Amino acid sequence: MSTTFIIKKGLDIKLIGDAEKTIVDLNANRFAIKPPNFIGCFPKVLVKEGDLVVAGTPLFYDKYRDNIIFTSPVSGKVEAIRRGAKRRLLEIIINSDGKNETIDFGKSNINDLKREAVVEKMLTSGVWPLLRQRPYSVIANPVDVPKAIFVAAYDTSPLAPDFDLIVHGQGDEFQAGLDVLTKLTEGNVHLNVDSNKTTSKVFLNSKNVQVNKFSGPHPSGNVSVHVSKIDPINKGDIIWYLYPQDVLTIGKLFLTGKFDATRIIAFAGSEVKNPKYYKTFIGASLKNMVYENTTDGNNRFISGNILTGEKIEKDGFVGFYDSLVTVIPEGNHHEFFGWLLPGFNKFSFSHTFLSWLNPNKKYRLDTNLHGGVRAYVMTGKYEKVFPFDIYPMQLIKAVLVEDIDQMENLGIYEIDNEDFALCEVIDTSKTEIQSIIRKGLDLMRQEMS
Amino acid sequence: MKALRKFLDKQKPHFEKGGKFQKLQSAFDAVETLFYVPDKVTTSGAHIRDAVDMKRTMIVVFIALIPALLFGMWNIGYQHFLSLGESSDHWTMFLYGFLKMLPIIIVSYGVGLGLEIVFAQIRGHEVNEGFFVSGLLIPMIIPPETPLWQIAIAVAFAVIFGKEVFGGTGMNIVNPALIARAFLFFAYPSDMSGEKVWISEMGDAISGATPLGKALVGNLNEMPSIFEMFIGTIPGSIGETSVLMILIGAVILLATGIANWRIMFSVFAGGYIMGLLFNLWGLNAYMEMNPINHLLLGGFAFGAVFMATDPVTAAQTKNGMYIYGFLIGIIAILIRVFNPAYPEGMMLSILLMNVFAPLIDHYIVESNINKRLKRMKLALKN
Repeated sequence: MSTTFIIKKGLDIKLIGDAEKTIVDLNANRFAIKPPNFIGCFPKVLVKEGDLVVAGTPLFYDKYRDNIIFTSPVSGKVEAIRRGAKRRLLEIIINSDGKNETIDFGKSNINDLKREAVVEKMLTSGVWPLLRQRPYSVIANPVDVPKAIFVAAYDTSPLAPDFDLIVHGQGDEFQAGLDVLTKLTEGNVHLNVDSNKTTSKVFLNSKNVQVNKFSGPHPSGNVSVHVSKIDPINKGDIIWYLYPQDVLTIGKLFLTGKFDATRIIAFAGSEVKNPKYYKTFIGASLKNMVYENTTDGNNRFISGNILTGEKIEKDGFVGFYDSLVTVIPEGNHHEFFGWLLPGFNKFSFSHTFLSWLNPNKKYRLDTNLHGGVRAYVMTGKYEKVFPFDIYPMQLIKAVLVEDIDQMENLGIYEIDNEDFALCEVIDTSKTEIQSIIRKGLDLMRQEMS
Repeated sequence: MKALRKFLDKQKPHFEKGGKFQKLQSAFDAVETLFYVPDKVTTSGAHIRDAVDMKRTMIVVFIALIPALLFGMWNIGYQHFLSLGESSDHWTMFLYGFLKMLPIIIVSYGVGLGLEIVFAQIRGHEVNEGFFVSGLLIPMIIPPETPLWQIAIAVAFAVIFGKEVFGGTGMNIVNPALIARAFLFFAYPSDMSGEKVWISEMGDAISGATPLGKALVGNLNEMPSIFEMFIGTIPGSIGETSVLMILIGAVILLATGIANWRIMFSVFAGGYIMGLLFNLWGLNAYMEMNPINHLLLGGFAFGAVFMATDPVTAAQTKNGMYIYGFLIGIIAILIRVFNPAYPEGMMLSILLMNVFAPLIDHYIVESNINKRLKRMKLALKN
């Protein structure tokens, strides 16, 4: 066991509505794969509406990397192929028949397999898209050999799902998944755990990988933070990363030969009456979670956490990579002299509201922007929630002027937009920092390819 | 309150694009957001946002300025009656100062906010709250006898050439309030220095020179006591005399995290160390003055707390802040002691370092870049 990495900078946003640690079956009957979840992917559809599919049946592939295919998580019928503006493919909806039939990709003994065979099996079964790379957070390229693979076994974001609970009792599958990952890299597989909160033997007793301990406030659970402390990315380096449920799916593929898209999703947030965990499959419809379990007001449904998640409809679908659905109230109301009052109940990282006297308060936060967009005036604030040896404001400005050399110099390869989420939250100027950084990353990806 | 909301909602369409008052949209928006935090919600990225915004930030700075402002008003009256050789009660003194100060503040805000609204409308932006603070800072750093028309011109100059030509609040290179002060200082020197301007409608019972003015001409034995300097019962610019009140403001700014302690601390450290160095050197009586006096006198404390810490014009990197603040302290004392034309060096020192702040940051960021390049070279070697 190596040393504990202590992260000091950051911020834990405390919200009410943490999911209770019980898991119930969701019994969802509609599922969807949403191509916009995959950054830089140009989907080419392989099915028609009305086609019958089983778990593992290819639905679409990436036009520019045609060996990367995306398969159905469940068995049933293709209900709809929804497109948006400019015929952009938004989602492929599958109506489940409840039988969970799957294609058999064949069991295999992981130790006997060569790297090529492992990659081939992951590609054809459709589990490959679970592997993503840094920089850019795009799906890993099968021809690359990453210098390391990072598995984040805990999540520090607000109302985060508890991975200890999710992997409980699945030690063999998890270990099998890790063994597969060790075949894919020449370097280490790093399993990163929280030095206090991670207690699951599934994680702590993992073999053939390096277990690293971290502690500190969010974003200490972010992959970029782990990478920056353990094995920083230089220009040209590639690392891959994934999360515990992805490791389980990969492990099960090799142990049973089946594409098991089982996901345990935390349903949390202040507007959820009974926040708890639901067992279902990738891309489940929210309908049965929301039904009679959320408050009546005008709510925002988020696939993922409140910092980086995707806004979805009440009857929308959980994102491909997400293990959490958050429901918070919308904030489209005017507030009389809100900027002038003492503010005992206001959430703020700054100490300009008297609520800072009560740091352990849990909040019911809404989506109000709390002000208008301004030029950058308050400097030196982002650094307090940004635990990297990078100058955030300077990097943001380099992206805004599209100065590619400067972005590279300032370390854009080492970060992702999610690392700027807290900067965006505490920003006095109310600018959309995550989308600025995303644009910068997209620009770099185009320039470098 | 609902009636006001209804009224605003009813008037809003007139000010939007195509409405009959669309040219006044920025002005309407400024008024509406003054009363109500807008109902806008997050559309991309994080779904929640901090309650702090520019208005909140600026109101905190405004509150931090109030102790020094109120004391300044009282001191105008106190110095006035002192110079007449009359005694008076505190409320009369305060009222005298208040009536003296009010027109100055009204002119400052009237001219400044008017221009801000015009520029916001031209640019299609919302009105930025930056002038909310600048508009109060300017009256506090000028002598009480400054003619109103001069203040109006100085404010207009500061807003247009100090800020808007660079793109508005957040884009300016130097502190707009200090630009206004510098403009007055160089355009109307006779109204901005000497012995007559520091006391309102001065009588002849006392000399009107500021302690710094006296020190520069060698009258060091006429200096006020440290206690007087700390409390601020001395002639000077309106807001700068009371170090006690400025420190209350400093505590507010530091507790709320709005001003950076690194800058504030290093300005004082720089000033003190320069004072000590002069003590060691000791060529004349001024150089032998206790360094603490330097920190208490003139605009040093006010500049360190409210001017140097302006986040837009200061250095923005952690190490840069130390360098920036330290040099402000050193140069301010250097100008004070050695330059025969300027009894006060703080204004020029901060303006100079405002200009150098981006250069300081550039080298700090450059060292971060070099560290990254070195790491890559090392990785390539292995």
